[in-house]
Amino acid sequence: MTERDAIDYPLAPIAAIEPPAEWEELRQQCPVAHVRLPSGDQAALLTRYDDVRQLIADPRFARNSSEKDAARISMLDQQESPIPRLGEGHQRWRRMLTKWFTAKRMAELRPRIEAMAEQLVDEMVAQGQPADLRASFGFPLPVWVICDLLGVPNEDRDRFSHWSDTFLSVSRYTQDEVDTAQAEFTTYMAGHVAAKRVAPGEDLLGDLITRADAAGEYLSDDALVATGKGLLIAGHETTTNMIGKMMAMLLADRTHWEQLLADPTLVRTAVEETLRYDANAGFGLTRYVDEDVELPGGTLPAGTTAICSLGSANRDESVFPDAADLDLSRSPNLHISFGVGPHSCVGQSLARTELQVVLEVLLRRLPTLALGVPVGELPPVKGLLVGGLQKVPVVW
Amino acid sequence: MKVIVDQDKCVASGQCVTAAMDVFDQRDEDGIVVLLTDTPPDELAVDVHQAAAVCPALAIVVED
Ligand code: HEM
Ligand code: SF4
Repeated sequence: MTERDAIDYPLAPIAAIEPPAEWEELRQQCPVAHVRLPSGDQAALLTRYDDVRQLIADPRFARNSSEKDAARISMLDQQESPIPRLGEGHQRWRRMLTKWFTAKRMAELRPRIEAMAEQLVDEMVAQGQPADLRASFGFPLPVWVICDLLGVPNEDRDRFSHWSDTFLSVSRYTQDEVDTAQAEFTTYMAGHVAAKRVAPGEDLLGDLITRADAAGEYLSDDALVATGKGLLIAGHETTTNMIGKMMAMLLADRTHWEQLLADPTLVRTAVEETLRYDANAGFGLTRYVDEDVELPGGTLPAGTTAICSLGSANRDESVFPDAADLDLSRSPNLHISFGVGPHSCVGQSLARTELQVVLEVLLRRLPTLALGVPVGELPPVKGLLVGGLQKVPVVW
Repeated sequence: MKVIVDQDKCVASGQCVTAAMDVFDQRDEDGIVVLLTDTPPDELAVDVHQAAAVCPALAIVVED
């Protein structure tokens, strides 16, 4: 680490979709920076692509450490989980899930997601403009998809949405409301798992119940409930926010939208590029390092909590030429918005499919779509972990 | 061109299948990569290199 004084983290973003001014300076001058967290704890902030990529892919370290000297980031860190976080047990758990996220599965799932997206556009249009794209589209779609995966019936989607919202927007709810939602969700999932033991059905949860992992073991009821909750927490707000941010980025300068209207084959690369360009990616990935690690940008001594800024890494000029430009046809695009290595996003193929479908459906159905307010007035979410926009007002 | 995959590193993202479906597939039981051919024809070279480049696990090596 350098001699500079610790800086306060998180850094304040300048505007809705602009990166913090400090990123570039830190990448250039202080790739391993000393930061102070809201809890008062100290951490090391990594901003260069090579350092971030190497550390998050290192199988020795995981996020959310319960080690006593690990910095406190959020209440989620303190919770015990029946799902192993590291090593072989964690990999066995992952490989039970990954069956459900293959390219083939996504091709099967795509028409269902398209139908959901069409329904949501119909409802949004029926309500009239201006509409909040986040509330009427970005929020429901990913939770409907997760309900589908878990075999949760359509009539329970609204309850799922409410629970999910409560888990992640802790600051908007009282502690009582959060506790109630946790308890209700756990009771619901336990009942759902019990019902699935009798009639497993053709979904991810039913499959996890009936299938042994690579070591011949079955998941316990607690692990099944935790897996359902984990998928909801990992896959809902992230995707909701990304839908909102993606649309804000593409509509901020409407020539991008027009480029897509003229050539819809750009949808895939455009989705990847908005994932890369996302300057409001949230807190960053944390790793608790319990042995010394040598990175190209410096050494992390054992006992360090490292914060890896995916957003800054994705803007690293040494990897992405003209990194500050949103280039809808960028290829290759080795962004690391889903992480890399043994802890990388299990749901990345699903997230990609959802984002592609959203874009395709909106291009087709609402070609005249435009932001309802100047991009600088889009309010960022105040939560700590996952970055996003509170509202994305649109007209068409 | 010779392709090598490391199934232990693979994280089952399916990105290689999207890039080059004639060369890569995923196991039904866990989505781990399988090679359909380790010596794909030259006309697939661009796709195969693309697959290796986008693999989030760096599990694909292409030897020209
Ligand atoms: C645009 C949307 C999404 C983004 C940006 C995103 C990002 C990420 C990132 C960066 C990680 C790695 C965390 C780490 O290394 O510490 C992760 C992990 C994970 N994600 Fe996603 N994700 C998204 C959507 C989804 C969806 C839709 C699902 C499933 C329904 C999902 C399920 C998971 C799971 C289960 C993990 C934990 C993997 C593990 O511990 O091995 N994510 N995600
Ligand atoms: S792209 Fe890499 S991680 Fe993804 S399935 Fe193919 S080999 Fe595995």
